[in-house]
Amino acid sequence: MKSDRGDIELAGVCKSFDGVTNVVDGVNLRIADGAYCCFIGPSGCGKTTILRMIAGHEDPTAGEIVIGGQNVVGLAPVQRRTAMMFQSYALFPHLTVRENIAFALRVRGMSKADRLRAADAMIEKVRLTQFADRLPAQLSGGQQQRVALARAAITEPRVLLLDEPLSALDEQLRVQMRQELRRMQQELGITFVHVTHTQLEAIALADLVVVMEQGRIKQAGAAREVYAHPHDRYVAEFMGGQNVLSGRVEKVNGASFTLAQAAPSGIEVPLQARSTVSVGDKVDIAVRRDDVVLVRSGKELPPGYTNSLPSRVLAIEYQGYFVKVMLDTVPDDAFVAYVPEKTFFADPFTVGDVVMATWATGSALPLA
Amino acid sequence: MTRRCKRSDFEAFADMQPGPSSAPSLAQTTSRANLAGWLYVSPLVLVLVPFFVAPILVVLAASFFATDGFGGLTPGFTLASYVEVLHSALTLKLYLATIKFTLLTWVFTLIIGFFVAYFLVFHVRNQLLAIGLFLLCTVPFWTSNIIRMISWIPLLGKEGLINQALLATGVIRQPLEVLLFSDLAVVIAYVHQLTIFMIVPIFNSMARIDKKLIEAAIDAGASRFDIMRLIVVPMSKSGIALGTIFVVSIVMGDFFVVKVMSGGGSASVVSAFYEDVGVLQYPTAAASAVLLTLVLVAIVSLILRTVDIRQEITR
Repeated sequence: MKSDRGDIELAGVCKSFDGVTNVVDGVNLRIADGAYCCFIGPSGCGKTTILRMIAGHEDPTAGEIVIGGQNVVGLAPVQRRTAMMFQSYALFPHLTVRENIAFALRVRGMSKADRLRAADAMIEKVRLTQFADRLPAQLSGGQQQRVALARAAITEPRVLLLDEPLSALDEQLRVQMRQELRRMQQELGITFVHVTHTQLEAIALADLVVVMEQGRIKQAGAAREVYAHPHDRYVAEFMGGQNVLSGRVEKVNGASFTLAQAAPSGIEVPLQARSTVSVGDKVDIAVRRDDVVLVRSGKELPPGYTNSLPSRVLAIEYQGYFVKVMLDTVPDDAFVAYVPEKTFFADPFTVGDVVMATWATGSALPLA
Repeated sequence: MTRRCKRSDFEAFADMQPGPSSAPSLAQTTSRANLAGWLYVSPLVLVLVPFFVAPILVVLAASFFATDGFGGLTPGFTLASYVEVLHSALTLKLYLATIKFTLLTWVFTLIIGFFVAYFLVFHVRNQLLAIGLFLLCTVPFWTSNIIRMISWIPLLGKEGLINQALLATGVIRQPLEVLLFSDLAVVIAYVHQLTIFMIVPIFNSMARIDKKLIEAAIDAGASRFDIMRLIVVPMSKSGIALGTIFVVSIVMGDFFVVKVMSGGGSASVVSAFYEDVGVLQYPTAAASAVLLTLVLVAIVSLILRTVDIRQEITR
């Protein structure tokens, strides 16, 4: 009956606070045991509500939540064997680091000596030994985060739920703590469900990235899949790194179709998994920003690059290892090329230059 | 809050004192800062000196004067009044009685006040309703103290509601006499009057507990009782301490409720020196007053020692 597996299944989960609008609207998802899953979406998309429902701090209006084969709806967090790490940590301000971490063991009735020993072992794991007797207010943000992680992990939960765990930290610390989270997850070998609104955080950490919008899952998959093969315009724009173009299908020719554009020739797009496209359909396509090559107008396109759109350089941002060139290729929409630093400075553009934005024919991706 | 203000005023005052190290070139700025400092503290000084410091000094001085027994005071220095007060067996008896009332009142106001505040903060989801209920707690204060005490008579009296109900249901044959004009009635009246002084500060400190902490405790598997014991009570300490100071100092400084509600059967420390004043024994009354003040100061500083209110409030 008691399973140690931490696989999670959400089946038709809905949540409504006012009985009118669903904050979470029919979510189906399967998270494998020991996976690192990131929910990502803008604020108000229902990601935190899903987390709180898995944690048992909120009951779903409809649907089932199954952890390790057991329907946990209505069970207390302890019975679910989940633990939550709260946004801004919610450390007990009147208890020391050691007492904070030992709290869950204390309320489980473990003897003082045992629980302090267990807490000290955990404190060592998160490298806070010298701070064990301090109060949370006397710690830095990163240290508080580690206390929160240790406090959540001490009960050996099968699922650890993290609500925007890195949002209170500054940029540098965030990258550092990100690695620490991943390390802890691998060390503990349990399922982590992490809510964030930072794309970089999600794709850096997660085995499973779940992109949400308005209570629904837009796409769930491996980080690379979601980033490189977004399903639709929303995911492509939210995850970033893609230019989205739209247009009507001009003609379908075997393995590819042509998108009507203002450009002289139209854009040729390979037909991937998306099978049925007919002439006249309105279609969105995505082109990765780092796939875009800029060629000065009048020069030859590189071989294999048949699509090109004439554009004017609107702005240039130096980003270190690449240069972000913003173009007016598509009216009303951003179109950006990430040009490798060395390539860019071999023949730098200036704002106002007219260039051809081009990409290898095979690299355009039709969106749903 | 007041305590904090007072302290910062004192600090400001202390800072304004020209130190021996202040260089002569700074004299002008120092004197200007001095003036500003005095202006800042002046409202408090204007209230405290005539209404607090001066009366205390008068009482202190009177406690060392001799008396002719007919209300006349002979300026001088004698400890006779203190000797008399401290040697009297009555003093001890009265202190014991007062401490008994104080402890009973404290226990009941604390329990009721804590749970009312707990209910308002953690169980009333609707903030408007919480504020409404909170205001409801202050309803007894819309009438005067005397009316509030008199209104116990129809309830607790010999022919009061409780006795009539008990008689009617056959639980008792004779009306209960202990309900009114007894120690029980005194404690009831105190609790009725003073619970609000517990509710307000405890409510205040509880309301500042982050609800996420409660959720984190639930997440860790804490029961309601654990949450109360390990999170809510420790984090309401400052409110409990403040409420305790209010209740203890009011009960220990009261004679009126004891007199009215006990029907003259019980007395408190203050009622004794009220009697002294009545028979023109001013120095003994003053000595008793000074003694009571010292006892209260000791109790309050003990409370402040256990709970660092300033630190808790600023947290």
